[in-house]
Amino acid sequence: MLFFLIRMDFKGKDIISIKDFSKKEIDYILDYAKDMVRYAMGEKYKNVLGGKVLSSLFFEPSTRTRLSFESAMNRLGGRVIGFSDPSGTSQKKGESLADTIRMADSYSDAIVVRHPHEGAARLAAEFAEVPVLNAGDGAGRHPTQCLLDLFTIRTEKKKIKKNKIVLLGDLKYGRTVHSLAYALSLYGAELTFVSPASLKMPNEVINECKELGIEPTYTSNIEKAIKDADVLYVTRIQRERFPDAEEYNRVVGAYKIDNNLLKNGKENLIVMHPLPRVTEINPEVDTTPHAIYFKQAFNGVPVRMALLSLVIGGKL
Amino acid sequence: MKKELKIPRIKDGTVIDHITAGNAVKVLHILGIPKSSSSTVSVAMNVKSKLGKKDIVKVENRELDPHEVNKIALIAPKASINFIRDYAVTKKHKVKLPDEIIGIVSCSNPTCVSNAKEPVKSRFIVISKDPPRIKCYYCEREPEDIADKII
Repeated sequence: MLFFLIRMDFKGKDIISIKDFSKKEIDYILDYAKDMVRYAMGEKYKNVLGGKVLSSLFFEPSTRTRLSFESAMNRLGGRVIGFSDPSGTSQKKGESLADTIRMADSYSDAIVVRHPHEGAARLAAEFAEVPVLNAGDGAGRHPTQCLLDLFTIRTEKKKIKKNKIVLLGDLKYGRTVHSLAYALSLYGAELTFVSPASLKMPNEVINECKELGIEPTYTSNIEKAIKDADVLYVTRIQRERFPDAEEYNRVVGAYKIDNNLLKNGKENLIVMHPLPRVTEINPEVDTTPHAIYFKQAFNGVPVRMALLSLVIGGKL
Repeated sequence: MKKELKIPRIKDGTVIDHITAGNAVKVLHILGIPKSSSSTVSVAMNVKSKLGKKDIVKVENRELDPHEVNKIALIAPKASINFIRDYAVTKKHKVKLPDEIIGIVSCSNPTCVSNAKEPVKSRFIVISKDPPRIKCYYCEREPEDIADKII
């Protein structure tokens, strides 16, 4: 098999946007992540990144992304320094992101950064010698979430191509769905967008899908959309992304996924969610075979293990 | 029959020809004219030419530098610049949009990191030269009205 003979060199590479990667490179990362699963579960251990240090700089709240990055580094034998709340840092004294990054660069072998400003990770990469991994920049990109979403679909459905995938909820401000719509188009998935009228997918994202040969369909009717769907990807209406509370109150709770609604879908329909969820998925769905979101959250660990190992330069 | 010029010839200065019809005023805005200059400026709009309608701007006693020329290319990609000395064209070239635009346009996204107090200049990748389309290097957004965002 030629594929296994090719070793792609990711050492030192920044992970800023999913668009920085070819389909072949994404496949390579996903294959490597598959090899990481048993290590991520703690069933196997290898000191892949022993002696290496990761800076984990979270200027915005996070549960899954931060914990799974930290778990990933620990599972690989590395150590983590950093903060999850910038109020205890020199940012409070007015330090620029660029200067904070310069410091972390000299203290560690890779930097994970989440920041409220779009483009922050790209800026961080300009000031760091070590690889920078974008853990979410404002309403912008979240490439590691995108990779774990692709990994989840590929694991559950055996392939990504030709799957009928419904993206539901806040398609305007939701950073995960923008990257995901692009990446799914790259793989030739069939896309349907469902959202309240005020939270429609931005035109530039739709145009990117079209440039990749995918013509997404749009509806506000979720019952109709899930009828022949293979994947239902639900997102939270994010209060923190809304410019005013009035607009938020108008659309929150527009869609709710429960067992009654899922009766309209196929038996093997999987429901995904980047989490946290609030009210958009009824907890009664959690115990059905449709619910994949907790497994999806776990997949963040092997995917981030693969990325850290690749960019820092350890071998499994 | 001798052709009559809409605007009289200038002795010294710059003639910006083949501006997309209707964009002459924006070109003046980009160049900061007349505020930054006391030169006499003549503008002709919707002038008939072989290639359809165009605008022309004549600025007396001022030669544009390359930085300014690049700014013009953002909204007048087919424009040509003629430097005039003693009524004769001494240099003529078409404006050329570079692959990257640095420090000329500000990002229209208020939450883009390039609008925060960081030690970087605004940076845009040119995704189409004609019509000009640019994308912020940092946040990947396209400004809706480039002329509006000229720094």
